[in-house]
Amino acid sequence: MAKGVWIVAELRDGAYRKVSFEIASAARKLADQLGDEVCAVVCGSGVEGKAAELGKYGVDRVYVADNPALEPYTTDAHAAAVAKIVKEKDPAILLLAASVQGKDLSARLVGKLATGLATDCTDLKIDGGKLVAVRPMYAGKCFGEVVTSSFPQMATLRPNVFAIVESAKAGAAEKYDPGLDPAQLKTKVADIQKDVSGKIELTEANIIVSGGRGMKGPENFPILEELAKVLGAAVGASRAAVDAGWRPQVDQVGQTGKTVSPNLYIACGISGAIQHLAGMSSSKFIVAVNKDPEAPIFQRADYGIVDDLFKVVPEVTAAAKKLLA
Amino acid sequence: MQGGGLRPRKEADVNIIACVKQVPDTETLIKVKPDGSGIIEDGIKWVMNPYDEFGVEEALRLKEKLGGDVTIVCVGPARAMETIRTALAMGAEKGVQIDDPSLYGADAYATAAALAAVIKGLPHDIIFCGQRAIDGDAGQVGSILAELLGIPSVTLVTKLEIADKKAKAVKAIEGATVTIETSLPCVITAQKGLNEPRYASLPGIMKAKKKPVDVKNAAALGITAEPKAKVAKTIPPPARPPGKIIEGDDPALKAQTLVKLLREEAKVI
Repeated sequence: MAKGVWIVAELRDGAYRKVSFEIASAARKLADQLGDEVCAVVCGSGVEGKAAELGKYGVDRVYVADNPALEPYTTDAHAAAVAKIVKEKDPAILLLAASVQGKDLSARLVGKLATGLATDCTDLKIDGGKLVAVRPMYAGKCFGEVVTSSFPQMATLRPNVFAIVESAKAGAAEKYDPGLDPAQLKTKVADIQKDVSGKIELTEANIIVSGGRGMKGPENFPILEELAKVLGAAVGASRAAVDAGWRPQVDQVGQTGKTVSPNLYIACGISGAIQHLAGMSSSKFIVAVNKDPEAPIFQRADYGIVDDLFKVVPEVTAAAKKLLA
Repeated sequence: MQGGGLRPRKEADVNIIACVKQVPDTETLIKVKPDGSGIIEDGIKWVMNPYDEFGVEEALRLKEKLGGDVTIVCVGPARAMETIRTALAMGAEKGVQIDDPSLYGADAYATAAALAAVIKGLPHDIIFCGQRAIDGDAGQVGSILAELLGIPSVTLVTKLEIADKKAKAVKAIEGATVTIETSLPCVITAQKGLNEPRYASLPGIMKAKKKPVDVKNAAALGITAEPKAKVAKTIPPPARPPGKIIEGDDPALKAQTLVKLLREEAKVI
């Protein structure tokens, strides 16, 4: 009988990514409802001492695979390592981060474990002992409640949605041999170029300042960057701005870009095409600055300013600077 | 034997597969059925999944560079034939459609199993999938397919080079750009930025009508589609309360009011 709520904790350069604590907290909540324990899998090299830290967020037991082949992350090494312990211990639920790595790893695990996975979930519930995973579809134009008939019931959780809750548990480390066969490892990382600009990742940002066609050109985005700097925000863009070549593709918010859920989304010169609204409607608060009072973005905005963004945005920056000084 | 304008195959030719899905156009307003059993499909404009377009385009560029052919594989109902024909009009050689009612609305595992059943029977050096389909947004099929075929996968690829039976793929992760090397055959999932997909030319569209497309059902492939994950209920997004328009003529005053509201009412800054 499958038992236990499991997570795969994600490390980058020897430190947990914040989303790992979010999924640990979410797992704890589910486990408390089920009267079960929370276990984590940690894969990497030289990571044996990393187990206890997860105890702070409700993890009872940590299975540690410590092997040089697990750093840096490759799909095949990590999938093999996680699948091995999951097959052996048979957990009921397995949660990962809906990060680039978590999405890559979880999908590969679905193939290895022949089970179901709900991607990018924004809510989790237990109903009749089973996991009900709530997730946006069509980039948030509707939501689905996903139920999995096989074990483990898998879900990836959208970063920045699940609250981090501290609850002191043991986080007891248990080392295991990931049983990696070098002949089976066909991918290797040839190069990693770190972004040294200090840019905040859109999907993890608490605040996003986003610009669209109304920005008129790439030369005007510094006014959004200045506001973002004051607020500690990431800068996003609409498809119109990306397709015009004003901003890089990684900055695109919407159905063919990133779906984001920040606490605050400030849309500047964005009319609010359906495909853009889909990508940002789950933001907790939305601000729209646009000179067209008929722009659809105003129907989603909590606060709207109908005016020239080139006059308004620098004033918002000045007012915020004063407040946050 | 060669005929029908096909040129002789060379030893170096690459066998390329591109998987496609037909999805509602991004401008579609999605309406949920009152009983929550799915979405209302009436009036939807169906298009090729935009991420699959990047995959098809990359497949064609690879063929043009190295020689070989491109086979389109698609799971979908009768209407999906139009999407296969679009890919053929762009320049692919042939197609396979897997049309079976048991696969309508199937989960990623069942879809990948159906694709794998077809692709196992085809020579394949490299397989392209979109990084996700913009309807279900699961982003799993390419990876599961690779696992079922026992070959490596690289997801979210924005740059690809093939040389010496190896693939070198570039992808963005949070805060970094990673280059991954892998052996062939492999699955590549295409991310926006990989290329700029071509439009089908008029002669291409005419030629596509005569290109071969095999239609197969689950029984013919010897598979039973058993979804592991089911959407038990489809629900509309939560309604947002009506917003506030900050009135006035002075941009500075309006900006100050906004900042005040964000601090005191919304408590987000």
